[in-house]
Amino acid sequence: MKFSPWSQDAALTLLATLRDENGPVLMALQLMQEEFGYVDQACVALIANYFNKSRAEVHGVLTFYHDLRTTPPTSHQISICAAEACQAVGARNLEREIKAKFNDEVQSAYCFGNCALGPAVMVDGKLIGRATVEKIEKALQ
Amino acid sequence: MRVFVPGDSAAISVGADEVATAIAQLDSTVEIIRNGSRGALWLETLVEVQTPSGRIAFGPVTPADVQSLFDADFLNGGAHPLSLGKTEEIEWLSSQERVTFARVGIIDPLSLEDYRAHGGLIGLRKALKLSHEVIINEVTESGLRGRGGAGFPAGIKWRTVAQSFGEQKYICCNADEGDSGTFADRMLIEGDPFTLIEGMTIAGIAVGATKGIVYIRSEYPYAIATLRKAIEIARTSDWLGSRVLGTTHAFDIEVRVGAGSYVCGEETAMLESIEGKRGVVRAKPPLPAVEGLFGQPTVINNVLTLSTVPMIMAEGATAYKSRGVGRSLGTQIFQLAGNIARGGIVERSFGISLNELVNTYGGGTLSGRPFRAVQIGGPLGAYFSSAQIETAMDYESLIAAGGMLGHGGVVVFDDTVDLAQQAKFAMEFCAIESCGKCTPCRIGSTRGAETIDLIIKGVRVDENKKLLLDLCEVMTDGSLCAMGGLTPLPVKSAMINFPTDFDGVRK
Repeated sequence: MKFSPWSQDAALTLLATLRDENGPVLMALQLMQEEFGYVDQACVALIANYFNKSRAEVHGVLTFYHDLRTTPPTSHQISICAAEACQAVGARNLEREIKAKFNDEVQSAYCFGNCALGPAVMVDGKLIGRATVEKIEKALQ
Repeated sequence: MRVFVPGDSAAISVGADEVATAIAQLDSTVEIIRNGSRGALWLETLVEVQTPSGRIAFGPVTPADVQSLFDADFLNGGAHPLSLGKTEEIEWLSSQERVTFARVGIIDPLSLEDYRAHGGLIGLRKALKLSHEVIINEVTESGLRGRGGAGFPAGIKWRTVAQSFGEQKYICCNADEGDSGTFADRMLIEGDPFTLIEGMTIAGIAVGATKGIVYIRSEYPYAIATLRKAIEIARTSDWLGSRVLGTTHAFDIEVRVGAGSYVCGEETAMLESIEGKRGVVRAKPPLPAVEGLFGQPTVINNVLTLSTVPMIMAEGATAYKSRGVGRSLGTQIFQLAGNIARGGIVERSFGISLNELVNTYGGGTLSGRPFRAVQIGGPLGAYFSSAQIETAMDYESLIAAGGMLGHGGVVVFDDTVDLAQQAKFAMEFCAIESCGKCTPCRIGSTRGAETIDLIIKGVRVDENKKLLLDLCEVMTDGSLCAMGGLTPLPVKSAMINFPTDFDGVRK
């Protein structure tokens, strides 16, 4: 996935698209991450000022949600479903194998809604069913 | 020549995109429709060909099979080892009662023309001629209960909102389908999004709301994309906007995307999240129906609840409530998941037995090993043993059996499962996903996981089991919402139904 380099001007242009939204803080943080791949620390004050919120409020939202990250991604993103339906078909072992095999960032996720074709893994936004190390390897190429 | 290759994300996860590409490469004249999934997920990728005598199915098709399909003249229904015959005659599908899922897998999800040709918009057109009182009566009369898990009668909720005063009422659709083992909301949105839009529009007219919001989880990127496109299509036709189907009613829908928080599926946490805040649960009262989103009266219903409304309006409450048992009326969309040979969507009237779901439809475990446990109703649902296989699947019977229906997910485990580990996971999951507002949930979950760990290691087993049950009682009685309040359900049911897994002896 390609992201733009962090830029305050670009961020402000994006925030302007949310000017008329009701309750914009989470959307603003998501928009930052979509564009830059992460939420830069400067965003907290920027969003707070722009929408007339306290920095504490913005920081609170930023740190609540598992999706939001404050460091740029440095590798492919592998998310493995660690919930019950995938556990039932060996997700725990697969997670260990993936972590041992790949140097990319591996995260646990809780359900991609692919529970009849588990284990489910998402590689850079692409969903893989009946996932194996080989299938993930292929998706990473 | 029309060929159907599902664009459902479960199908895509096992190669549907590659199958579609391979077909297009071998014959560029074929019109490929990316339909939703029929729900027989073990047959994905399920390719269908339109023939004069009906649709012929082939599955499960991999990209490597495509050449041989052409060699067998599959476009004319030619014989092939993967041929399943006419789709409508596949017993797994034909024995179901598809009401909410009637169109899923059959139509092109983003074709309004297809939608209309298959009974779409009949319910809304009818509702537009009725008073809001009559619409609400019809929904109440149908016996439709909330499919998100709580099972609250939809009509009563709607009436409360209709009777509450507010400048801007809202219809909020909860599409934060976070329960493991559930995927019906996702499949409905990917396979027949207009049904949801129609249900929300009817709800809006019934209670006097002009704004709808769908809160959908970020883990469902494919569903988000489909829903956004469908809303755009409904806006550019004469449906959504200031004049719904040419009437004086106004209604529009906005999509808000979650950010990876399970607790935001709890209705008040969802409202906080839509308002852009931390997804922290609100104390009730006030009920969201009186004081909900941005302090306004708000209908909050699950995707399946809202998507069933068009059919109820079109065919009448009597037709809907003629199905089901007791106070569980109509159909339920069961989702067969986990270690199961034939997983997917089974829509049947309430009251079907667990046995029929797991064995007749599901075909037993995927691994072929003996079936040992099943978790019904998501991560907060109970674990049942094979001894309870004849339990009837409806709201009341499941409660009587010590569980709950939840969102209708059925997760099967074979005999390699360790229920003490599953109980520990239930507590760990609660610790990860707790919003942190109330103490029993925030701290109890961590202490619970630690205590189960001690039991697993054989440390003061009896004493720790007693302590764990006591903790479960505190969490059940003292938590603000279902997250902490129901986490004890999988834990206690595992202890009761699988006592040997908690004897502290290493296996």
